[in-house]
Amino acid sequence: MKKMIQHGLAIVDSPYDEDGKKRTLVNKLLLGLTPSQYLLQAFRNPFNWILAAIFAIGIPILIGRFFFGLAWATSGSNDYPWGLFLGFGLFAMVPLSSSGFQLGTACEIFGRHDLEPIERLALLNGLLGYFFAVMYLLADLGQPWRLPYPMVVSFGPAAVLFLVAWHVATYLSVQVAEVSTAFFEWIGFPAGKRGVRKITLGLTVSGIILSTLHQGALGALFTYAPGKVHPLWYSSSFQWLHFFVSSLPGGLCMVITVSTIAAKTMAWRGDTRFHEKLDKVTVSLAKGACMGIATYITIKLIAIAHDNKWAYLDSGWGQWFMFEIIVGFMLPLTLMTYGVHTRKMAIVRLGAFMTVFGVVLNRVNTAMITFNWKLPHREIPPWREVIISLTIFATYIVVYRFILYRLPILFKWRRQEQEETVPEAVPVPALGRREASSVPVASYSSMTKLD
Amino acid sequence: MKRRNFLKACLIGGTTIALGKTNKGWASGSFEGYPEAMGVLVDTTRCIGCRSCEAACNKEQKLPEPDTSFDDPSVFEHERRPTSKAYTVVNRYQKEQPSGPVYRKVQCNHCNEPACLTSCFVNAYTKTQEGAVIYNSKVCVGCRNCMIACPFNVPGYDYDSATNPIVKKCILCYDTRLKYGKPPACVEICPQEALTFGHRADLIKLAHERIRATPERYVDHVYGEKEVGGTSWLYLAPVGFDKLGFDTTLSNDPIISNVKDFLGMVPMVLSIWPALFSGIHLLCKHEEQDGHGHDTDSNQEDTKP
Ligand code: SF4
Ligand code: SF4
Repeated sequence: MKKMIQHGLAIVDSPYDEDGKKRTLVNKLLLGLTPSQYLLQAFRNPFNWILAAIFAIGIPILIGRFFFGLAWATSGSNDYPWGLFLGFGLFAMVPLSSSGFQLGTACEIFGRHDLEPIERLALLNGLLGYFFAVMYLLADLGQPWRLPYPMVVSFGPAAVLFLVAWHVATYLSVQVAEVSTAFFEWIGFPAGKRGVRKITLGLTVSGIILSTLHQGALGALFTYAPGKVHPLWYSSSFQWLHFFVSSLPGGLCMVITVSTIAAKTMAWRGDTRFHEKLDKVTVSLAKGACMGIATYITIKLIAIAHDNKWAYLDSGWGQWFMFEIIVGFMLPLTLMTYGVHTRKMAIVRLGAFMTVFGVVLNRVNTAMITFNWKLPHREIPPWREVIISLTIFATYIVVYRFILYRLPILFKWRRQEQEETVPEAVPVPALGRREASSVPVASYSSMTKLD
Repeated sequence: MKRRNFLKACLIGGTTIALGKTNKGWASGSFEGYPEAMGVLVDTTRCIGCRSCEAACNKEQKLPEPDTSFDDPSVFEHERRPTSKAYTVVNRYQKEQPSGPVYRKVQCNHCNEPACLTSCFVNAYTKTQEGAVIYNSKVCVGCRNCMIACPFNVPGYDYDSATNPIVKKCILCYDTRLKYGKPPACVEICPQEALTFGHRADLIKLAHERIRATPERYVDHVYGEKEVGGTSWLYLAPVGFDKLGFDTTLSNDPIISNVKDFLGMVPMVLSIWPALFSGIHLLCKHEEQDGHGHDTDSNQEDTKP
């Protein structure tokens, strides 16, 4: 895209093209390019080649899983029923997607309008994360076509998983509604947008309820298996709280991560507002994340003290636990606090990456690595399982990028009237202001080819 | 009202609210099991490891041929667990003891308050009046949460089947025998009378009587009487149960009581959150009344920070 924009291509950010004609859907889909131009830019991007390679290998294997069964694709064992699909795909993706309800709450409930430049990205991050968690779940279920059973055929209301199923399903629809405003703007359906705006408060509040409950419920799932998860990762009274609280910094840091990547690799797609406010917003998010991490570390310690599990720290598992806590939570907490105080954005962002890593590691540890710790052998995911997980994750990235390119998530959708009042509306990041920052947000001339 | 009917009743009251009520149901003391529940007492001091019970189960449940024949003693080299191809297995322990090895039959213990049942989100499991925990493959989604939850690592999964993978475990021969008042196949075939079939309540009495009569023969504990709320299968052993591969760290509370902290939190969140957050919203709105309105329109120019 970079070259084409340099050659005078106007970025699609309003329903009308340069000549004032209404853009067609195809035109919007192709980012205002002709089909051949579009293909050209897609081919030039090396990242697309990597994706293509992943899909070329991964899709046949993914299809194979449904033809040959779980045993063919996964480690599928009776002692370790949950592997990478759930351990990583579901248990790690969901906390990283808690951003939707948090930013929704901050903007709509607490009135933090300064966070609005990132609200839509956070909502989208939430929606896609949940959606793909469900995709992972579908790959893992023995009988995926029965996914709606807990909703319509047979109810087990006393089961925590029943709660998870219902809440994820309803929350997904809440998130679809929340993100739909951007979609309505893009396709040009203002009535729809107005309709959704009217119920935003309701949507946001139900989002908070549903998120609290099912983020917690994912943790509570493990309270069915006392003694199976290693005591350092298990607490019958606090398990749901651990999962819920760690999802808060997880989601916020995921938004920092994604916005950093977006600002670097698709700078042309963000408008001035996004690029200018990004550092400020990142600092706010990081502050929130720090609060979350501090709370999390505290309740983790309380849980260990509550059940008097200190002795476990003096073992191999204890070292692994300390690694997770220190590298995944304490160090990022320190880094982000320092970065926020000194306004060193690179350090803040590094801390955010590490937090994302820490949350993922925590979920994988709980669901897979320390699960059945008393049994002698550990389960190593076979290569097909790894490739399928990677393929689904690559699809997640592709869909994420597809939407960021097109829908007004990182930029504001302009209308024609505004064109007249703001003639030079082609977004150009204000370079001067950004010089103090150690992480340069790319301008068009410094953009990478990853577009 | 019976616990299980109570659960069903909860369905009517709308799902989310029902969850709160369900929790109250669970919290009201532990379910002692159906009074007329049947069970099996396993006396490990009598078992000689002949594996006839394995063979009988295989035949009764129409399971696939085993990899090695039922009289091949080499299987005792490794500890085995029930799988989708074998609902029961016999393991050997204490090989080095002068008193000779001890054999232990493993299968679903048919808990009074089964973790598999309470963890299943489509209610695929049923605890019948007769005490058997049976499974409905027609509704199972294949999430394998029941396998995570079972404290005895019992359910096996048909990982090889692509079209109809289902959970497989001992069902106490419910369909073919128990329903008609007959003992399960394994009990009937046991040449040593190591397995005794009867009403669970009677079996507990019998077990304690045996311990009283020959205290040197047994440790003074009936495994399954209290563990995880009690099970229909009960065990007697000559040595500590931990030496026979039993999990002796299990609490006497049913597994579901571990979950009650969370379930108790659910109705609280449902009732407190809406009021709390709407309240905060109103507060914040009031504060910013002068001009600092909500950025509802994406065309609006930026408000300066
Ligand atoms: S032993 Fe396991 S499978 Fe059998 S009833 Fe108890 S929880 Fe369910
Ligand atoms: S695998 Fe089947 S029976 Fe087991 S919990 Fe899931 S749906 Fe229920």
